[in-house]
Parts: sequence; structure tokens; C-alpha cells
Amino acid sequence: MQLNREALTRAYRQMKLIREFEERLHEEIQTGEIAGFTHLYCGQEAVAVGVCEHLTPRDKIVSTHRGHGHCLAKGCDVNGMMKEIWGSQDGLCNGKGGSMHIADIDKGMLGANGIVGAGAPIAVGAALSNKIDGPDDDGKLAISIAFSGDGACNQGTTFEAMNLAAVTKAPAIFVFENNHYSEHTGDAYAVGTSKDIASRAEAFGMKVWRADGTDFFAVYDCMREVLDYVRTPGNGPAAVEFDTERFFGHFEGDPQRYRGEGELDRLRATRDCIKKFRESVTGAKLLSDEDLDKIDAEALDAIETAVQESRKAPRPQPENVLDNVYISY
Amino acid sequence: MAKLMYRDAIRNTIFQEMQRDERVVVLGEDVVGGMGTAGGPEAIGGIWSTSTGFYDAFGPERVIDTPISESAIMGAAGGLALAGKRPVAEIMFADFIGVCMDQLWNQIAKFRYMFGGKSVCPAVIRMPCGAGYNAAAQHSQMISQFVTNMPGIKVAMPATPADACGLLRQAIRDDDPVVFLEHKFLYAMSGEVPDDPDFCVPFGHARLARAGEDVTIVASGMMVGYAETAADDLAQDGIGCDVIDLRTTSPLDEEAILDSVEVTGRLVIVDEAPPRCSLATDISALVANKAFASLKAPIEMVTAPHTPVPFARELEGAYLPSPVKVAAAVRKTLEYR
Repeated sequence: MQLNREALTRAYRQMKLIREFEERLHEEIQTGEIAGFTHLYCGQEAVAVGVCEHLTPRDKIVSTHRGHGHCLAKGCDVNGMMKEIWGSQDGLCNGKGGSMHIADIDKGMLGANGIVGAGAPIAVGAALSNKIDGPDDDGKLAISIAFSGDGACNQGTTFEAMNLAAVTKAPAIFVFENNHYSEHTGDAYAVGTSKDIASRAEAFGMKVWRADGTDFFAVYDCMREVLDYVRTPGNGPAAVEFDTERFFGHFEGDPQRYRGEGELDRLRATRDCIKKFRESVTGAKLLSDEDLDKIDAEALDAIETAVQESRKAPRPQPENVLDNVYISY
Repeated sequence: MAKLMYRDAIRNTIFQEMQRDERVVVLGEDVVGGMGTAGGPEAIGGIWSTSTGFYDAFGPERVIDTPISESAIMGAAGGLALAGKRPVAEIMFADFIGVCMDQLWNQIAKFRYMFGGKSVCPAVIRMPCGAGYNAAAQHSQMISQFVTNMPGIKVAMPATPADACGLLRQAIRDDDPVVFLEHKFLYAMSGEVPDDPDFCVPFGHARLARAGEDVTIVASGMMVGYAETAADDLAQDGIGCDVIDLRTTSPLDEEAILDSVEVTGRLVIVDEAPPRCSLATDISALVANKAFASLKAPIEMVTAPHTPVPFARELEGAYLPSPVKVAAAVRKTLEYR
């Protein structure tokens, strides 16, 4: 699939923004300035961006505890997100959610989620809403995506959601990002279908796709087919498994003693989606190193601005603890 | 006014709201009943007869018969609501909350708070609940204590057909998530229900079911009828009781309880749930804290014991509160010197 210059630039900018967001958090968390649990998406950028570049605000996504990438890719404001992770009153969720609960309903981002496997049923509900609304003028349905990992694929909620979507023909897409680690356990141990997640979706009668999640173009092209299928009324859900990599631990502070010798260096050298993207577009002379370096610098600037703004952003006041439990009570 | 059974008041209210607002959708196990069988859709029409005729009237998009997957039902209700619909989900027996607690407690209840007030989740979760049918330990429980404890969730417990209608309509039109606890034993109860298609009972406003100046009895759901029977018997002996039907346990009408206790100085709380960390203990704490000086006797709690719900008729009778137990508690508070 040949993307034009503008689309390529945009995709690279999005991936790079996620990468720098996460790399910077990795640094900042070590200083103790940021509270709580943070799970970084570094290494998986091609999946979030390769999926979300196809979506409109009417399409919904439900994310995971490792949700920063999905949020940014779906259009959440980078400053609002950083301020939220800093716990500011000006954060996207007024400091009530933090890293694991970033949401922006207007953008179709129905929430990261601290409970592994909880997102899939919610995504099916949103898909049922899309089905009720019916197709747009172009005859296509808005869709809903559940991002899940190789951990969530073992939760009963994910199975229930896949079956409910299948029997109701809900326009839902189950995107499984297999980064090969559910917390600190390998998929070789924890995923009972020979490390193959897509075959589980197949067992629920769904059409499935598989692609290399470290190759933006493989993700993007695959998702075009998946979306074309699910947007067609009457087809129902589909699933796709992306083989991807997690460059950091399960959470920040994870000693990662489960990694093999030199594993992280090898992954960074051979399975880095951003490096692969660069090689691909410069090799094909679609974008120059100069173009890409400029985007790199812009991404770093954007993150620097977000961090500086977060540092001076207003803190919540104790009385804000009572805000927004109910609309009226 | 029309004389209706409690279950028909529920069915008719949902039906009318689905006619009025196309965002209202129904989902749950066997809410259509008969899907995928020789009998076909509507062969059953909902096991509680609270969704009879919905499928034919509104079709499969808005009347979603689900597999036996409570987590998926609860989660889909949350997703539908976040996406702008007004789902009315049925968890066939309230006991099954154990299967799908995460989707209610960690998801639906918390979306608005976690997202800094930027989401609206107007989901109604109907949960037929309560004992009295010899349905044993996993199909009989009162779960008000769990859901009342959840910030972000409102809880309604209608005790009459009129309130079943008015509270449910309020729940469906309410923008916050509501757990609607229908007592299974009340489904066949008949009573007058207003015809007004906009009749709503606002949340947080208790109903004075009986008036008297000697003792305050606080109850909810099926316990209201027990309290009324006890009050009527006691009236024969010249003992006057206020019977306060809470209607909603979250929000709680604290004022109605405190105002009554200030007059009577004596309080009996009737609660179908086991006694620990329950509505009964919650209201006891409220009154001890805010109306201590008014109390003339220790607060009495008539509750289920700290046991699962037993099966055999004799055992279930021993388990449940009863009008006789309520009357005995009232007399006990009056005997206190």
C-alpha cells in the first residue's frame, strides 16, 4: 500500500510522539516526581498508529493498562495526558484517573483500563451502539476496537465479549497485541493455543488476520482489510493478532529478570518499529532522513513542552475529591 | 390509575420508555427467550415476564438477547451507555453479580470519576433479588449492601407497583448508572399505578408507608410489606409506628429517618441482608451519630442471620425477617427503660 507523503509524515510523527512520550516518562519516573503505576507502550507504536490512522472520531476504542499509545494515536491531547500522569487538576481527567484511566469520550477513546481483560465487553457494547445507529451515507458502519494483550486474551471476559460480538454480529474488532509477556510470564507458558491468540477468535467463528506488529505498513495494510470487512453491515466482528515487542518492563520499576541475555538490545536492534519505518521510507525515497530528523526534533520539543507545562500545572485541591462521583445525587 | 402487578408495571415502563426514547435498549439472558429454537423469538418473552413483546415491537437491534455471559452483559451495558445509548440490562438473578462484579464496580461505577467528569454512563442494571422461593443460596440473596457501598452507583428498591414504575422511569431517564433491585417475591403484587407516562419517583425521597409516634421502622423492598403488617398488628394494641420505605438506598433519605427518630426516639431497622456491614448497620450508625440525644432505647435490627440463604422451607422461614419478628423488635424497644 502506497501512502502519500502527508500520510507517511503523520504516521511517523504519531509513532515518534508516542516513543518520546514513553522514553521521557521512563526517565521522569525514576526521579520519583510521578506517582503511581505506569506501564509503557514503547516498542508497540506501529500497532496503535497503524490501527488508529484508519479511524474517525465516531469509531470507538477501549484500551488497556498500557494505554498511552492508544490514547495518543486516537487523538488525545499530549499536554492533557502528560498533566494527567502528573496528577494535575488540568489533566485530561482532572488528576482523578492517572496513567491507567486516561479517556477522551469525544475523541472516541473510551478509556484505558486498569483491569486486564475488562475492556473487551465495553468495546462490544460500543459496537452494539454503532450497529443500532446503522451505516453512514457511504453504507459503512462505525466500528469499535478492543485492544487486548496476550495477558487479556486469557481472561474470561475476553471470551465472553468475543462470543457476544459474534452472536450479535456487532461491528467490533479484537486487536490482540502479543508482546509475548503477560506481566512477567511468557506467552509460551500462558497462552494455551501454542502462543497463537488469533486461533481463539477463529474458534468463535470470527474471520482473523495476523501481521507483524513491528512493521507499520503490515499493520496498516492489514487493518484496511479488517476494517473494510467489519464496516460492512451484516459481517459482524473480526480479530487480528499483531506480533510485537515491549521494550520496557511490565510496569516502571520492573527488574525484568525474566529477560534473556541481551534480549532488549536485540529487540531494539532488530524489532524496533520506528527504525524499520525509517529504513523503509528512506530506502524507497518517500521521505528523507532530513524530513524524519525534523519530525524527531518536533516530537522531542512537544514532549519537553508537555513536561514543563505539567510541572507548573495547578494541583487538585482536597475538596476536589468529591467532584464527579455522580452527575446529581 | 390502573391496577397492575409489580412485574407488569416494570414491563410497561420499559416499553413506554423504549417508545419515547430510541436510545433505550434492553439486553440480558433470555430477555427475548427462544432465540435459536424451534419455538423461535418470544417463545418465552423473558423469564420474569418483564420484557414480553419487546422483540416484536422493537426488533433485535434494541432488544438484545445475550448468551449466559454476565460480564459481557454488564460490560456491554457500560459500553452502550458510554456510546450514548440508555441500556436497561437484566442480570437474571441478583446473585450473579458475583460473576460480573468487575464490570459494575470497577468500570460502570467509576467511569465518570476516573475520567474527570467527562463521561456519562446512563446504564440501568435490573437485578431480580431476594429470598422466599426456596431457591437456596445462589438464587435468593439480597445484595443491597454491596451496591449501596459503591460510589458512583445509585440503588433503587421499589416496594410497590407504583414505585416500581416511578423509580424505574426515573432510573432510565437518570444520567447516572442505577442498580434497580426488584424483589422476586413482589412480582405478583397488585397495586394502583399512575397512568401519567412521565410519572417518576425522584431518588432520595423516602415514602412514609404508615404514620405513628411511638416507634420508627425503616425498611426497603419486600421488608416494607413486613413492616406494614407488623405496624398494623401493633396498632391494634395502640402502638403507633412510622414505617419509612427508603425507596432508594443510594442516595439515602437521611432526613426522613432522623426526623422520625427525633419524634419516636425508638428505631427498628428491617433488612433482608445478613447483618454485618449492611444497610441496617449503616442506618444504625447514622442515627447513633446524628440523633443520639433523641434515642430512648437501643436501636433494634431485624435482619437475616450471618449465614447463606438455606433451601428447606423451615430453614428459609427462619432465615428471613417476618412481620412477627418486626413486631417483637418494636415491643422490645418499647420495653426498654
